[in-house]
Amino acid sequence: MSALMDQDSSGMFKVQQTIGSVVCCKCGVPMPPNAANMCVNCLRSEFDITEGLQKSIQIFYCPECGCYLQPPKTWIKAQWESRDLLSFCIKRLKNLNKVRLKNAEFVWTEPHSKRIKVKLTVQAEVLNGAVLEQSYPVEYTVRDNLCESCSRFQANPDQWVASVQLRQHVSHRRSFFYLEQLILRHDAASRAVRIKQVHQGIDFFFGNKSHADSFVEFLSKVVPIEYRQDKQLVSHDVKSSLYNYKYTYSVKICPICREDLICLPSKVSSSLGNLGPLVVCTKVSDRITLLDPRTLRCAFLDASQYWRSGFRSALTSRQLVKYSVFYVEPPVGEATVGGQKYALSYVLIARESDIGKMLTVQTHLGHILKTGDQALGYDIYGANVNDDEMDEYRLHGRLPEAILIKKCYDKERERKKGKPRAFTTKKLPMEMDESRGGRGVDPGKMENEYEEFLRDLEENPELRFNISLYKNKNYQESDETASMTDGEGAPTVPIEELLAELELSEEGEGDGEDDMDE
Amino acid sequence: MATRLQFENNCEVGVFSKLTNAYCLVAIGGSENFYSAFESELADVIPIVKTSLGGTRIIGRLCAGNKNGLLVPHTTTDQELQHLRNSLPDSVVVQRIEERLSALGNCIACNDHVALAHTDLDKETEEIIADVLGVEVFRQTIAGNILVGSNCALSNRGGIVHPHTSVEDLDELSTLLQVPLVAGTVNRGSEVIGAGMTVNDWTAFCGSDTTATELSVIDSIFKLREAQPSSIVDEMRKSLIDTYV
Repeated sequence: MSALMDQDSSGMFKVQQTIGSVVCCKCGVPMPPNAANMCVNCLRSEFDITEGLQKSIQIFYCPECGCYLQPPKTWIKAQWESRDLLSFCIKRLKNLNKVRLKNAEFVWTEPHSKRIKVKLTVQAEVLNGAVLEQSYPVEYTVRDNLCESCSRFQANPDQWVASVQLRQHVSHRRSFFYLEQLILRHDAASRAVRIKQVHQGIDFFFGNKSHADSFVEFLSKVVPIEYRQDKQLVSHDVKSSLYNYKYTYSVKICPICREDLICLPSKVSSSLGNLGPLVVCTKVSDRITLLDPRTLRCAFLDASQYWRSGFRSALTSRQLVKYSVFYVEPPVGEATVGGQKYALSYVLIARESDIGKMLTVQTHLGHILKTGDQALGYDIYGANVNDDEMDEYRLHGRLPEAILIKKCYDKERERKKGKPRAFTTKKLPMEMDESRGGRGVDPGKMENEYEEFLRDLEENPELRFNISLYKNKNYQESDETASMTDGEGAPTVPIEELLAELELSEEGEGDGEDDMDE
Repeated sequence: MATRLQFENNCEVGVFSKLTNAYCLVAIGGSENFYSAFESELADVIPIVKTSLGGTRIIGRLCAGNKNGLLVPHTTTDQELQHLRNSLPDSVVVQRIEERLSALGNCIACNDHVALAHTDLDKETEEIIADVLGVEVFRQTIAGNILVGSNCALSNRGGIVHPHTSVEDLDELSTLLQVPLVAGTVNRGSEVIGAGMTVNDWTAFCGSDTTATELSVIDSIFKLREAQPSSIVDEMRKSLIDTYV
């Protein structure tokens, strides 16, 4: 006997076992024994595991949007010969749960032949536990069929189901610029079919009521709004009682903006703890922040509280005038309100247009003003305001002569005139409203307002918090450093806050870093 | 020449019959076809006895025997024992064994000279086997299976074992049994050879599901065809292990 002996780890001798060969019981070809004791060919001829499986099937494809139909109503977007398409094709086959799917791959077909061929490899158990593997091709016939949304769009491209009419009744468009950036950042208007710019507002059109709903919810989180919803009957199916409506949301943004001077009505003032009566609006998010410049006290009003009283601002940023600061006394009080530091101090100022007249006023900007600075503020003494309460207070002589709002960086900006900024912003694809003639939007005015908005962004880091700024490709760093040597420069956006534009190319992606830590 | 037949539409012929060189036992069935198949082959040569063992029909798996004797389990009734003693030739000793493993046909595989036994068989039983059947007893397993009687079919001229038996095991068994062995199947790929067929030195009976290939293997290993065309032998050579010692 010449059996080979091995020693295994436990110390026992184990005889090496070689598998013998038997004869296939059908065809007589020698083969190693298996559970069925038949060679593979005989097994295959005996049992066809692909019996009862679908070998050809029809699928529908929308040529407009490149989607495939999954009945009854879902359209799935997939590229030609992609993984998504493969899993979609396999899902469409019935009865495939009877066998185990081992492998699936596409067989090449001409793209215009309207046929997709998939080769599937399946395994199934036959007879006594022997597992047989077989591959077979499945042919899909592709038929063109416009999906519902595409056909609706083809019939009437301007079709919308819900619209959001966003309005703010003020004379400038600053809030809309800021809102535009917010919307871009959060992608809130990605499902809008059309966006149209109108006088004092923007219209958004959606294909679906729920899209409009979520957009209005987004708005309510970022600005204080009041809205109402109306619907209009478009068509009516009598037999099944289905009604088709067009929904319209009228959204009003609160007319109080940043840097506005407000004279609070006595009721509101007393409800806020005798605040004011003159207050400055410092921040507008989903709440309005009102700061009393004389006491450095702050109050917050959210949308519902505001609309209960509905007061308007007395003076807006258009009426800001330049003052020169001659002397700043050391601050008598300091406070931090909503993350911002303020210092109360007396300053000696004079209006640029009227240098001779010196005024001593109290201001909340003691922390940033220095002798020789320029500041912007409201001239209450000389202003002509259409406000009853203010007239009353004026009568009793309880109004300050001027209130400073912010520091002016015009001198520093002179140096940078004409040079491009370090950052750019993206814009929403808006249509201009041409139809209204005189009441339409003036492009020159828009440019100026946009320039002021960008300046605003530069000066206020907290404004930049929620929006994305992108690196300007045309901007040269050397220009910046040259001007920096001349002493204090105008405030700019630090380069770490800028995002590089996402460029999708064949080689890879160039996505910049984003350090938005304040 | 091997014959294909069925017992009441069941192809497991080795369960319902026991064939040796001196006698043949068949089970009592519903129709006479089974019995007549045996009769037509063996009528004048050896006695064919219809019986039951312990009231059951699975006589092939319950008893073990060769031309010298027959061993029956303790479940056999006295009447059956008497009937067997009466019907079988006097040279055949019929002995009832008290053994825990009562399916002797599954536990013992034997021909006229040598027997393979279940590894857990009693020492006494082994002695009785050696005594009554006049054989040399070897405790063995086939392809790791302890039921040697079910997994092989043995005659004086050759034997078929379970298809999963390894080459080394086959060598070893062939040396022990001193006959050529082959690993094969019966009844269209069934691995339980002992239950699927029954064989003696000049004839064999298998289930009707047996394919022509299997039948030719049976014919050649048990040498049932006196005049063998050599081409078949050559063809089969790869799958046959001819180890004469």
